[in-house]
Amino acid sequence: MKNLVASAFLVLASQPLCAETIRLDWLERQVEPPPVLSNLAGDPADLGLAGARLSVTDIATTGKFLKIDWDLHETVVSPADDFLTAAKKTLAEGAKVLIVRAPAADLLALADLPEAKGALIFNTSAPDQRLRDEDCRANVLHAIPSLAMRTDALAQMLLKKGWGHLALITGPQPEDRAFADALKASLTKFGLSLAGEKDWPLTSDMRRSGAAEVPLFTQDLRDHDVLLVADERGDFARYIPFNTWLPRPVAGSEGLSAKGWTEVVEDYGAAQLQDRFRVAANRPMQDEDFAAWVAVAAISDARTRAGKADPATLRSFLLSDKARIAAFLGQPVSFRPWDGQMRQPIPLVTDRAVVAMAPLEGFLHAENELDTLGTDRPETLCKAFGATP
Amino acid sequence: MIRALLLSTLLATPALADEIWVTNESDDTVSVIDVATLAVKATYPTGERPRGITFSRDFKKLYICASDSDAVEVMDPETGAILHDLPSGEDPEQFVLAPDDKLLYIANENDAVTTVVDTQSRKVVAQIDVGVEPEGMGISPDGKVQVTTSETTNMAHWIDTTTHQIVANSLVDSRPRHAEFSPDGAELWVSAEIGGTVTVFDAATQTEKGKIAFEIPGIRPEKIQPVGMLFSPDRTKVFVALGPANHVAVIDAKTFTVERYLMVGRRVWHLALSPDGTKLFTTNGVSGDVTVIDVAALEPLATIKVGRFPWGAAARPTPN
Repeated sequence: MKNLVASAFLVLASQPLCAETIRLDWLERQVEPPPVLSNLAGDPADLGLAGARLSVTDIATTGKFLKIDWDLHETVVSPADDFLTAAKKTLAEGAKVLIVRAPAADLLALADLPEAKGALIFNTSAPDQRLRDEDCRANVLHAIPSLAMRTDALAQMLLKKGWGHLALITGPQPEDRAFADALKASLTKFGLSLAGEKDWPLTSDMRRSGAAEVPLFTQDLRDHDVLLVADERGDFARYIPFNTWLPRPVAGSEGLSAKGWTEVVEDYGAAQLQDRFRVAANRPMQDEDFAAWVAVAAISDARTRAGKADPATLRSFLLSDKARIAAFLGQPVSFRPWDGQMRQPIPLVTDRAVVAMAPLEGFLHAENELDTLGTDRPETLCKAFGATP
Repeated sequence: MIRALLLSTLLATPALADEIWVTNESDDTVSVIDVATLAVKATYPTGERPRGITFSRDFKKLYICASDSDAVEVMDPETGAILHDLPSGEDPEQFVLAPDDKLLYIANENDAVTTVVDTQSRKVVAQIDVGVEPEGMGISPDGKVQVTTSETTNMAHWIDTTTHQIVANSLVDSRPRHAEFSPDGAELWVSAEIGGTVTVFDAATQTEKGKIAFEIPGIRPEKIQPVGMLFSPDRTKVFVALGPANHVAVIDAKTFTVERYLMVGRRVWHLALSPDGTKLFTTNGVSGDVTVIDVAALEPLATIKVGRFPWGAAARPTPN
């Protein structure tokens, strides 16, 4: 060990000579899980956090050789407690780089705290478009894909398959509406058309009556190639496939879906990450786990390459074209300098397999094909990053 | 060193039935390519997910990393029969055989460990803690230094083969995949798949001598992902497989400048030279084939269909 340390100094003479401890903060706003029809298991209690924990273990190996200690502080705020009070306390204790799982409103309130001005916040859970557009904040980077990235990925797939006529069922929740809006915008962007649309009104228990209710409900939709469903909480959509009036595939929140990560992603070395996660967390890795994992990986990469770990250095490295972060998706991921969104390939998946990876072949872009997914520089409404005219 | 051995074998026997052996990761087979006819002359079953592949110095034994079988298999290349397994640790991905033919250094991708196995006693001699997801495995021509690179830790770990201790760690760009010593042992080359670069180290001091980046007109920088590397027979060039960029770069081994890019099949990962040094074979995973390149002309000669997702390649001169 002595030998190792001595040689490490020789090799990495540019690194600081004394051990460096870098504090990372996990900050989570717990919410009451919304009621859903199914009685099957809901979100795991350590969703997201398990990804951050694993990633800290991963980067600790680089840290060990570079004499950097990564120190993860975990603050989980229960639904009954005040989020901002906890956030202020964390910031006062010295939190500078925060990996956050919180709804959009809480995330924004955190970012706008005077104490958070010089901090760097990673959003690992809120897909809301407004956080990347009019409500973007210079101190917030997004490791979770925006809704538009996911719906653009889906639209590319539909276009590529020649399934140009779609029908859409939208659930009653605000996030269903937001997903449906993003879907419609993506259909327009890629020249696809919506043949019919209905809101999901039923309150009956689909577990028993799906076979009776869904055919009738879908009977009057105009003919379509694929039935899209917006049900982001996973409430009713699971009862739709194979119960439709016409024999049509289902996509969107159910059936073929576009997500930042799911347990079926296995190529490009992803199987190793999935295995490590399963051993560490005793469950499969979900999109929010991956977002937290990749946020921590990006921080470590920025520290290693830029040589410093203050928020400003990390931020400017991550927003530069020098950032090439390994994320098991077949090509490096990086952050868009106009809105802080991480650009990444989006897996299009069923429950059992990756059907395709977006961007699909043939969707071209002048600079980076990943920017065919989500809000590109000319379309952004974000002004806080100073990267737009 | 290996090459010197190959050449001397060749001088003794005409190159009539030289072979290139390729592991097919998704088919659980190896394909045997006849170098003279450029046809697949045999396909043998292996354990699950074969990746790393190398021959013993006398070419009488073939070692195969059967990753999902958690074993290194030893095959008789005359018959294709699996003779026995070597204890390998979990999920062996890639390995390198010491020049004395005795010790095999195995990267255990899932365990962050390099396992050292004695090929004769079939016993594990040492396990060395390295970074997360070790893969690239190189050994100095004198056998004194083994280098393991770890994909997620982004480092090359220099291991003293006498003590089996890490003596130095060098940071490289993201996702290092392959480590290759120059034939004279003076340099270590490490490819970084996601970083898109190759770093050249002075092997004696472990200091960086140079870093090579790639640029191919019409191909996105993020598609350029260097993996396998091989020195040309005359040691003046280094071939670098560029993954989904579907090209092999030809680098001047002295100046570190890229001389040329050769188009090959899709997602090119590893490389092998024919024993006479005239042909380069590349494993193209996605297109499921092998491209043959004329080393003198630097032109592709042929494409050979093999199994699904060819991964590694190794050459065997067959004495007749």
